[in-house]
Amino acid sequence: MPKLKIDGVEIEVENGLTVLQACEQAGVEIPRFCYHERLSVAGNCRMCLVEVSPGPPKPQASCALPAGEGMEVTTNSPMVEKARTGVMEFLLINHPLDCPICDQGGECDLQDQAMGYGNSGSRYTEDKRAVSEKYMGPLINTIMTRCIHCTRCVRFSTEVGGVTDMGMVNRGENAEITTLEKAVSSELSGNVIDLCPVGALTSKPYSFVARPWELKKTETIDVLDAMGSNIRVDVRGNEVMRVLPRLNEDVNEEWISDKSRFSCDGLRSQRLDKPYVRNAAGKLEPASWDEAFAVISAKLSGAAGERIAAIAGDQCDAESMFALKGLMDALGSPNLDCRQDGAALDPSVRSSYLFNTGIAKAEEADICLIIGANPRWEAPLVNTRLRKGWLDGGMKISVIGPQLDLTYDYDYLGASTATLQEIADGTHPFAAALKAAKRPMLMIGMGALSRDDGAACLAVARKIANDCGLIRDDWNGFNVLHTAAARVGGMDLGFTPGQGGCDVSGILNGASSGAIDVVYLLGADEIKMSSLDKAFVIYQGHHGDAGAHAADVILPGAAYTEKSGVYVNLEGRVQRGRRAAFPPGDAREDWTILRALSAIVGKTLPYDDLPGLRKAMHEACPHFTHIDTVEPTSWEDFGTIGDMSAAPFKSAIENFYMTDPISRASETMAACTREFILNAEGATGTDG
Amino acid sequence: MMLNRTASSFLLMELVQGMALTLKAMFRPKHTINYPYEKGPLSPRFRGEHALRRYPNGEERCIACKLCEAVCPAQAITIEAEPREDGSRRTTRYDLDMTKCIYCGYCQEACPVDAIVEGPNFEFATETREELFYNKDKLLANGDRWEAEIASNIALDAPYR
Repeated sequence: MPKLKIDGVEIEVENGLTVLQACEQAGVEIPRFCYHERLSVAGNCRMCLVEVSPGPPKPQASCALPAGEGMEVTTNSPMVEKARTGVMEFLLINHPLDCPICDQGGECDLQDQAMGYGNSGSRYTEDKRAVSEKYMGPLINTIMTRCIHCTRCVRFSTEVGGVTDMGMVNRGENAEITTLEKAVSSELSGNVIDLCPVGALTSKPYSFVARPWELKKTETIDVLDAMGSNIRVDVRGNEVMRVLPRLNEDVNEEWISDKSRFSCDGLRSQRLDKPYVRNAAGKLEPASWDEAFAVISAKLSGAAGERIAAIAGDQCDAESMFALKGLMDALGSPNLDCRQDGAALDPSVRSSYLFNTGIAKAEEADICLIIGANPRWEAPLVNTRLRKGWLDGGMKISVIGPQLDLTYDYDYLGASTATLQEIADGTHPFAAALKAAKRPMLMIGMGALSRDDGAACLAVARKIANDCGLIRDDWNGFNVLHTAAARVGGMDLGFTPGQGGCDVSGILNGASSGAIDVVYLLGADEIKMSSLDKAFVIYQGHHGDAGAHAADVILPGAAYTEKSGVYVNLEGRVQRGRRAAFPPGDAREDWTILRALSAIVGKTLPYDDLPGLRKAMHEACPHFTHIDTVEPTSWEDFGTIGDMSAAPFKSAIENFYMTDPISRASETMAACTREFILNAEGATGTDG
Repeated sequence: MMLNRTASSFLLMELVQGMALTLKAMFRPKHTINYPYEKGPLSPRFRGEHALRRYPNGEERCIACKLCEAVCPAQAITIEAEPREDGSRRTTRYDLDMTKCIYCGYCQEACPVDAIVEGPNFEFATETREELFYNKDKLLANGDRWEAEIASNIALDAPYR
C-alpha cells in the first residue's frame, strides 16, 4: 500500500496502481487519450504527463508509471502545463480542423482537451498529413486523417473482442490503423466507436444525422439478448437515433453488442401503428381499437378457458406478461407459456433456469464446460467474461456442441450427447478435471434445452453439477445461457402452463388439431405459425413480423424503447427500463392494451395505472421489488433423467444479426448479415 | 415686465416666432427620402433577410454542422442532415422560421463556412404568415440573388473582424 503525495495531498493507494489511477482516486483529473481502464497500457499519446519526484527532471507518463512509496506527484506545475500544451500542439499538427463536419464534434476528447490544455492558435503552416479511408465493414465509418494513433481500437479488438482484424502498420508519420480492407468480424466491433477519442472511427448508420446536444438521453435496458445490458437511448423528436452502452460493472461493463447498438433503425420500419382485423376475404384491414376489441371480445366470450392459450415473446416486459397472465387466469385458461423455443426449463426451481454463477463472477471460474451453446452469439458479453478469464486467469474451457471460433482456445469434446452422459457417469476424463477444479462452472445453452430431449439434457447437466462439485457454499457453477430477454422474467412470474395446461408445443398441436380456438401472442414471433392456421390468433406486438402475418386481430404495442418496464436478465437481475420515445400512431404501451381489453371482456384487471400494476406484481413476486440486485436462490432438486437422442448439439442462433422482430426489420442488421453471415458462407478461401 | 408681456401677447409674438422657424426650415436640406424610390444607406453589417450562400463553383456552402441551430436563441432554425450521394455531409432540410427570428446575427457568427448570412435585404414582407417559413430552396435562392451584395459586405467588414 504505497503512500504518495499528489499536489501536496497525501494519499494511500492499493498496490499495483499507476500514478494516473492514484491521481484519479485523489480527485485530480489527468488528461489522456490512449489510456483506458479496461485495456492494456500503451503509453503512446503522452497526454498524461506529470512531474514526479524523486525521479528524472522531466515529465513522466503517469498512465505507465507505477505508484511508488514516497512519490511526490505534481499535476499543475508550469512544467506539466507546458508539457501538456506541447503534446497537444504535436497532436494537432496533423489533426484536421474539420470539427464542423465531424460526427464526434460535441463529444470529442480531443476537442475538449484542446480547449482545456491547448494553445489558442497554431504555429504550424505546413500541409497536414492525409490518410486514405479504410474499410471496416457496414458499421464503422473511418476518417483516418483524424486518427491520433492512440491504438485503443487495436487493443480493444485484440484484447476484448478477441479478433486480430485491426492493427497499426508503418511507423512515425506514416503510421496507420488498418484492417487490410476487411470488415471487423467481431460482434462487439461497435465499441471501438465509443473508444475512439477522436472522430476517426464513427458510426456508419448514425453518420451526419444528429448532434449530441440535440438528443434526449434516456437510461434503460437492452432486450435484444438476455444479458440485460445497460444502455442509453438517444432520441431526437420521437425517433431513436442511437443506442450507447452505460456503465454497469456487474452486467455489461461498458460494452454492448453490435446487435444491441445498431438494430435501433429497425424501430423505424415495419412498425404496427394501428389495430388490424382480418376481414371476410382474409385480408388484414385497419380498424379502430373499439372494433378490434369487439372482435376479440366476441371470440373470447364464447370460448371455454381451456380452449384459450397465450404465448409471450422474447422481448416482453414483466408488466405486460403479468397483465396477460392475470387476464388468462381470469378467463380460466391454464395454457400459457413464455418459452417460445420450447426450452425444457423448470419453473418450480428458480436456480434451474438462472445463470447462477453471475455474469461478473463467471470470469473467476477456472474451468468451464459449454454445452450446446455459442456464447459468442447468444450472449456476447458473457463470452467476453470467459475470454477475460481465459486470458488473465488461465480458465480452461471445454465445449460440447458446435465447433466454432469463440475467441479463446478450448478443448473440443465433440457435439454428441454421449460425451455429456459420459461426464455425468464420471467415465470421461473431464469429470475428474471438473472435480479437481476450484471454481468449476458449466453453461448449458438453448441449443441443448430446446431440443425434444431438453428435459433429459437439463437433468444430466444437473447431475454433472451435483456430482462434480459445481455447487458449493459460496459458488454455484450451474448456468443456463438464455437468449431471450423476457425469459427469466416470464419464468419468475409463472408465465408457464398451469394445472393441466399446455406448453408451447401443446398449444401449437392443440391449435392445429382444433382443441384450442383462440391463441393470444404477446410479441411471439419465433413459433411455427402454420400450426395456428385454424385458430383465431390475436397478435399484440410492435413489428409486422411472423406473428402479425398469422394474426386475425393485430393490436399495436410498444417496443422496448417506448415503454417503462421491468426486465430480468439471465442471472436473475431485476432491472427497470425507462421510456425514451412514444409508440408510433395508435400503438399503446402493452399493459394498457391488456387492461383495456380485460374491461371489454368483462374480466377487469384490478389496477388502473403502472404503480398499481407494479404493486400487484410485487405482491405476486416479491423479488421484483429489488431493482438491480440478484436475489440469492437455493439449489433444489429438478429435472428427470431420460433418454437423450444421439443428434449432435447445435447453437440456438443461426444468424447473430437477426434474432428478433426489431433486428429483422433493421437495414443495418441486414447489411451485417450480408457482410458477415452470407459472405462467410459463400467464401471458398480463394476469393480473398 | 408686466408691460412687456402684455405687448408680446397683443402682437402675437409666439405665433410669429413659430412661423419664422417654419420659414427657416423650408430652406434647410430635407431629411426624408422618397421611399421606396429612394433608400437610405446601409452598413455592411446590416442584419436583414437570411440567405444560404454557394461557392463560386455552385456548390452549396452549408455542411450541416448545426452550430447555427444550436446557437439560435429563438430556436428558429431546424436542420436535418444525412450523407449525400458523394458521401459529403449536407442538409436535407434547412428551415428558418422568419417569424421567430430576432435578427441577432448569431447564426452567421457561428457559421464556420459563411454559409448562412443575414443579407442587406429588409424588404421581404409577405401577405401570409406561411410565406415567412423559409426552407432550404428559398434560402439558397436568396443567396443566389444577393450574392454580389453579400460578398462585398463581407469584404468591407473583413478588416474589422
